Amino acid sequence: MAENTRFTAESLKKKFRLSEFLAEKFITGIAFLSITIIVLIFVFVFREAIPLFRTGKAKEVAVKEQVTKINEGLKPESYGDTVNQASPVVVTNKPAPQAYDEDVIRQVENKKALKTLNTATWQPVSDNPRYGLWSLFFGTLKVTLIAILIAAPLGILAALFTSAFAPTWLREILKPAIELLAGFPSVVIGFFALMVMASFFQDLFGYASRLNAFVGGVAMSLAAIPIIYTITEDALSSVPATYKEASLALGANHWQTAFFVTLPAATPGIFASILLGTGRVFGETMIALMATGNAALLSANPFESVRTLAATIGAEMAEVVYGDTHYSVLFLIGALLFIFSFGMNALAEFYIKGRLMKRFMGR
Amino acid sequence: MKEIKIKIKDLTLHYGQKLALNNICLEIPDRRVTALIGPSGCGKSTFLRTLNRMNDLIPSARISGEVLIDELNIYDRNIDVVNLRKRVGMVFQKSNPFSKSIYENVAYGPRINGINERKVLDEIVETSLKRAAIWNEVKDRLRDSALGLSGGQQQRLCIARTLSVNPDVILMDEPASALDPLSTSKIEELIHQLKEQYTIVIVTHNMQQAARVSDYTAFFYLGELIEFGKTKTIFTNPTIKQTEDYITGRFG
Repeated sequence: MAENTRFTAESLKKKFRLSEFLAEKFITGIAFLSITIIVLIFVFVFREAIPLFRTGKAKEVAVKEQVTKINEGLKPESYGDTVNQASPVVVTNKPAPQAYDEDVIRQVENKKALKTLNTATWQPVSDNPRYGLWSLFFGTLKVTLIAILIAAPLGILAALFTSAFAPTWLREILKPAIELLAGFPSVVIGFFALMVMASFFQDLFGYASRLNAFVGGVAMSLAAIPIIYTITEDALSSVPATYKEASLALGANHWQTAFFVTLPAATPGIFASILLGTGRVFGETMIALMATGNAALLSANPFESVRTLAATIGAEMAEVVYGDTHYSVLFLIGALLFIFSFGMNALAEFYIKGRLMKRFMGR
Repeated sequence: MKEIKIKIKDLTLHYGQKLALNNICLEIPDRRVTALIGPSGCGKSTFLRTLNRMNDLIPSARISGEVLIDELNIYDRNIDVVNLRKRVGMVFQKSNPFSKSIYENVAYGPRINGINERKVLDEIVETSLKRAAIWNEVKDRLRDSALGLSGGQQQRLCIARTLSVNPDVILMDEPASALDPLSTSKIEELIHQLKEQYTIVIVTHNMQQAARVSDYTAFFYLGELIEFGKTKTIFTNPTIKQTEDYITGRFG
């Protein structure tokens, strides 16, 4: 014992501790694994979307020739949508150019598809397929807007109530109860919207299509409220008590303090909560699939059916031919969703950072 | 002795089961500075917060006894706490300006009292900042964030904010404990000026500060008021041994 406690070069010598080393490496490994998985998903989605943009300019001439050739008799080897004009029997005995043909036909289709992306008609399964993203994009925005317009005030005011007005015992019940809703399976919310809310709102407002953007938006707000509520509540309760005391000591009453001091001081957190809620609604698939009616219409009327980007992937991915144009377009939509939510989170991050800087450095 | 502003009668306060203030009787004179001294945890801050009922915010606090301000018991059932706090302002230990502009910080008090007229607000902001001796430093940057000010300036801004609602009594909870000597002396100077118009009760850990700024001193120990008297008497010729021990630094 005495030897160990003495300060000698020996007792202070660096030691290799195996368990410490292993634990550290294990944790690091797990962290990098999860990051890698996310990056791989990202890469995969983009990789599957990229073939859409391979239209081979140099090959254009060759493509035309090929297409005329095909029209003259090679038709049977073509695939997917062009089959309907073909005779059922395989006529050709030239095996070599087959792979090449397939590729070329796909590129011709891709080229057509790319031209239609900037339109409003979404008709991927037809003789003349059209992949207009605008109606989907607009529909998504419409549903998101409705959902956030409902969820943000409700979530924020509920949070304000729990953090500023509710007695302690009520807060201890309310917060977990609302947070529980965040773990609610979205299919259950969708089911509820489909069976109960849709009929209820139709009876109430008397519009034509039972499933529409409004019903979808209301249902999705149920998914967004817990997120907005939880984060806002955290932001509000982390406002220093001295702020509230200062306000109260000036003779402000509780609601004045809550609205003019606590709420402004928590703005960055509230902003973040709204953006996260928006992200949730934006990517929500199951509720959209079940409650929005899934008709790709371009209309400003909130009581028309809409088809969202996420629901389109959800509905069509299972039925699409692997590697064909439609498949690539669906991945393009996936990539777009990725970029949107990424952009939204980035915006939240930078805005909040900038804002906090300004507030707390006094610049 | 001058006119009495605040009269405390048999004030007892419990936090849950714990006795924090025991039977305090004290008379605080009008337009004078009264310092509360004592070791940490002796109840002086708690006592200060009973004077504008900030302890109401703590659910476990139970209070008995009377606090009379201008002969009116502020613990009476019919007293409106909001109006009480407008007359009894408070400055906190840690300067806590809102994350708003300098102007808005001072204008907040009048605004919540329903004053929205630009001209009136401008005037209140200016006089409050002048009285808090910070006007010259901030008059060109009223729109800047209050959090960009130095610690001492922030504290004077908080004092200006307190003055903006025109209170009779100002409670100060160690207002200079987090400040450097220069800012501290500015605050002390300010207290000297303010006592012409306001009754000031100040909690301080700094014995020299108490001796410098106050006219009367109350010594608290373990929730009891040990001794109260003119600052001069307390510091030069205390009647109770405990007070003497504390002031000379033998304990606490």
